[in-house]
Amino acid sequence: MSDLYREIIIDHYKKPRNFGKLKNPDFHGGEDNLVCGDRVEIFLKLNKQKKVEGVKWQGEGCALSQASASLLSEMLMGKSLAELKKTGNKHILKIVGENLNPSRQKCATLSIEALKKALS
Amino acid sequence: MFSPENIRRDFPILSRQINGKPLVYLDNAATSQKPRIVLKAMDDFQRQHNANVHRGIYTLSEEATELYETARQKVAKFINAKTSEEIIFTRNATESINLVALTWARQNLEKGEEILTTEMEHHSNIVPWQILAKEKGLKLNFLPTIPEKGILDLSKLANLLSSKTKLVCIGHISNLLGTINPIEKIIEQAHKIGAKVLVDGCQAVPHLPVDVQKINADFYAYSGHKMLGPTGIGVLWARKDLLETIEPIIGGGDMIKSVTKQKSIWNDLPWRFEAGTPNIVGVIGLGAAIDYLNQVGMRNVWEHEKKFVEYLLPKLKAIKGIKVFGIPEVSKNRGAIFSFWLEGMHPHDLASLFDEEGLCIRAGHMCAQVMLEAYGKPAAARVSFYLYNTLEEADKFLAAIERAKKVFNL
Repeated sequence: MSDLYREIIIDHYKKPRNFGKLKNPDFHGGEDNLVCGDRVEIFLKLNKQKKVEGVKWQGEGCALSQASASLLSEMLMGKSLAELKKTGNKHILKIVGENLNPSRQKCATLSIEALKKALS
Repeated sequence: MFSPENIRRDFPILSRQINGKPLVYLDNAATSQKPRIVLKAMDDFQRQHNANVHRGIYTLSEEATELYETARQKVAKFINAKTSEEIIFTRNATESINLVALTWARQNLEKGEEILTTEMEHHSNIVPWQILAKEKGLKLNFLPTIPEKGILDLSKLANLLSSKTKLVCIGHISNLLGTINPIEKIIEQAHKIGAKVLVDGCQAVPHLPVDVQKINADFYAYSGHKMLGPTGIGVLWARKDLLETIEPIIGGGDMIKSVTKQKSIWNDLPWRFEAGTPNIVGVIGLGAAIDYLNQVGMRNVWEHEKKFVEYLLPKLKAIKGIKVFGIPEVSKNRGAIFSFWLEGMHPHDLASLFDEEGLCIRAGHMCAQVMLEAYGKPAAARVSFYLYNTLEEADKFLAAIERAKKVFNL
């Protein structure tokens, strides 16, 4: 019905996966989009093999920013630190949509910015 | 006979398709579309008459000057200024307001004195005063609003006006709510205690007849691009007796009568405040926009826009999950600007879905964060109508809301 708001986006927006906080995370960071008041905060925990064993995120804002964060959280589980660092905009845009206009791209990649902040 | 269908034919952009659907442009509070005669006037000028103004002796320069100054007279007449010497061209209304801040206000306000603005203002009528207050040690006060009614709380006015208040800055019509503020009443009270008043008329001049003499303000600012003119041209109207007391802030060519190594003698009004080569094309475009609006008649424009208040507002309010911000008690007497929140959906998602249908609506804080805060939302969706919009487009807007609700399972 909508090119942009396909079922997967609406589903993750309405039922965000891994939503919440982690106590004593190994990595934690957040990012705001001041223009629209979107916010995403990411918490990561690694196991002994330095792979992600716990992901949580919280935030508020538009469907694109929130669904993207939810989708990203699923993507991050089990990744190594090196793989985390390589996770970029293209990974999320591949799912959400590669034809977004620049202002909506910012919404969709807000969680990537939050991830970068967490790892920095 | 006023007919939006006929008017639409004068605006080339309105026949455009967006995402395969006819363009429905509902962001007129942000900027307006341009009729053919405005585009033609600017094109003709550059093809036929282009030269700098107030300079040459040659025919072309005389023509350019004549066209430029004739446009100034049109602008003056349009808002019933006493004389075109009271019309200063700027880049936009923001620059007009900043010009008052950097000249009259900076030259006349002393440490500890106060400026009164309102919680309903556009950022352009808040930030310049914050900058000046910081620089000069002034106090910036805000007249509160009654958010649920979408009006200024006039019961607080008397307490905020004191002998320390030197300037009152107020919007004529709210760009977020469409509320028409009782500026004449406020001006009367402000003048009683000796304060000057600046009015931001951005959402008023394009939409209804404005008479600056009747309003009796001291400064009145507005933009050309919101009234069918091009971007890059704004107007500051100020009373001549006040302008005569103000020192210019921007120096250069055209604002002087003579320059020696020791000193310069300022030019007459209004050129004293227009240093450098002005936006000649923009002024000529604005003049043509005024010709167009005069031809349609500002009364007709206003009557047409009221139809959207009567037709759309009750329907919009009735939609489940929609909260329209600030509906004034006398809901008929307001501009055709409606800001709202749809529960369960961020305004940006709404705007994206509308875009798929060819509808342009604004989503964000509308440069009115102070007012939006009163409604407890980080953003809003806004539609704003103008002379070329039709009730059919209002229906398309309502249908698009229903579609958006379906996509989001609301």
